[in-house]
Amino acid sequence: MDPDLQKAALLKRRRFLGRLSMGLSAAVAAVIGLPVVGFLLSPLVGKSPRVWRAVGPVSGFRVGETVDVHFEDASPLPWAGVTANTAAWLRRDDASHFTAFTVHCTHLGCPVRWVADAKLFLCPCHGGVYDADGSVSAGPLPRSLPQYPVRVRHGQVEVLTSPIPIV
Amino acid sequence: MIERFLDWLDDRSGLLTATRQALEHPVPPRTGWWYVFGSATFIAFVLQVVTGIALATVYVPSSGQAYDSLRFISEQALLGRFLRGMHYFGASAMVLLIGIHVSRTYLMAAYKFPRELNWITGAVLLLLTLALAFTGQLLRWDQNAVWSVIVGAAQAGRMPVLGHGIARFILAGDTIGGATLSRFFAFHVFFIPAIVFGFVGLHLALVLKHGISERPRAGEPVDPATYRERYSKLLSHEGVPFWPDAAWRDVVFGAAVVATIVLLALIVGPPALGHPPDPSILEAYPRPDWYFLWYFALLALVPNNLESAVIVLGPLVFGAFLLLVPLFNKGERSVRRRPWAALLVVFIWTSIGVFWFAGERADWSPDFSAQPLPAAVVGILPPDAADGANLFHAKGCEFCHAIGGYGGKRGPELSDVAGRMTRDQIVGRITNGGPNMPAYARSLTPAEVQALAAFLATRR
Repeated sequence: MDPDLQKAALLKRRRFLGRLSMGLSAAVAAVIGLPVVGFLLSPLVGKSPRVWRAVGPVSGFRVGETVDVHFEDASPLPWAGVTANTAAWLRRDDASHFTAFTVHCTHLGCPVRWVADAKLFLCPCHGGVYDADGSVSAGPLPRSLPQYPVRVRHGQVEVLTSPIPIV
Repeated sequence: MIERFLDWLDDRSGLLTATRQALEHPVPPRTGWWYVFGSATFIAFVLQVVTGIALATVYVPSSGQAYDSLRFISEQALLGRFLRGMHYFGASAMVLLIGIHVSRTYLMAAYKFPRELNWITGAVLLLLTLALAFTGQLLRWDQNAVWSVIVGAAQAGRMPVLGHGIARFILAGDTIGGATLSRFFAFHVFFIPAIVFGFVGLHLALVLKHGISERPRAGEPVDPATYRERYSKLLSHEGVPFWPDAAWRDVVFGAAVVATIVLLALIVGPPALGHPPDPSILEAYPRPDWYFLWYFALLALVPNNLESAVIVLGPLVFGAFLLLVPLFNKGERSVRRRPWAALLVVFIWTSIGVFWFAGERADWSPDFSAQPLPAAVVGILPPDAADGANLFHAKGCEFCHAIGGYGGKRGPELSDVAGRMTRDQIVGRITNGGPNMPAYARSLTPAEVQALAAFLATRR
């Protein structure tokens, strides 16, 4: 065979082998890497379940009072421990109606506190203030305090577990 | 015998020759103490790896048990308290030292030709160090850590389009729970350190490839066409071996850094564990460790309408600035000819210092622990003002306003308010509120407002 042709064939073969190796390596990396990426991003897909959690008998709450109630997340992992707990501010409006507010400030998520005598929610982080109805009163708050669905079933007050409200 | 073994080892591995070449490579003369901060950052990193591995042998990276394992490390494990202290002060040292190192290389324009990639790999290491500092603080899985995760997620949530996804990624779901901590643990101990090791290797290889920069001199601008020739001439005429002529300073300073960390770990000890990581305990006052305290203060003090922009754009602008610095890779290196560079560094450090100080005081936070005003401060009141002093505490006025040194600093001090406002004006302010003050019309009766105003009218 012509040496030039031979050389050309060799170069072609090398190029092919180079591309084959690159392609195979990329495929291997993808086979290993993509499941890992998917695993890490799994919290982004699928909706978390929401369940009604009983927080106490209706008779345990006095009309007009706002108290913090504690309940468990919708489907806590077995090793969640105390991190499965969550809270809400619950107010008994009248005999059969309740309002539940998130404890998370709309500014940056800090835990707001109900100051009963002043009838205000105060945030310790940056001094945000909400009125008793959750509307913005003062401070760096982008919006009013979100409410959680709440209902009365079989004499028990139940709060619907909800995501942490992120702006 | 030993010599023959070493000869054999070097012949087969080349390790000894490579090490000797790396150690004895010529460096510019008179580099001095300014050049020790990079190696000291690395020493702090190695200390973090070693103490971190030790802590990881006991720490349980589970949302439900991490807190108890930390208590065990701090209170019962042999040397556990000391190791936690070393890891904490090592982290502090690493953040501080890399900050000084990046300031030094910027002030001396060491990023100019041909060391642009030295700068960029260093910038990545700076960001990774901050990521390690943030994730590490969270592994101290107490109440503060849990709320810091939520605050972090809320900040990410401000970002348009991607915000919700990133927030869910940070929380590992839509709320704090069992999945949250182990991910931070994996990032803190495996993922980020692995990348740090890679970039440290790259950074050091580049330092060896281009040599460390000579001390800048005004009137000797960097010209890519001639710089390499000039640099190698400098080395062949005046160069000194890195070991020990320059390295001894790295060793002495590094040893001083380690000694300081050890002393602080022994004397001060690790930061105390807060309350358990129970998100239903609402008596919480989340605040970051000192190295992010300035950012916490910045978010508190920035005007509300700019806040989202600062949260989202701030880190992006900072990252872009770091990556774009080496575009200016020619010209004068001396800070005498680059006054703006000096001003920028002074501005950044001063701002961080001022915001840090503000964060330490956190005057914008209501003081929930304010005690009722003592009789000595209240004094003798006219009958219509008698209730006012009690209401001042009971209705939460005192959380934000101080009188005679008692109370919060969120709002103006009211010790002499009667000197600036009439009683009617005080009634109006209480009723209608102000820019940062709630309107109390709905939560106070007219009689209570009058009593408060009567009390405040005696403050002069």
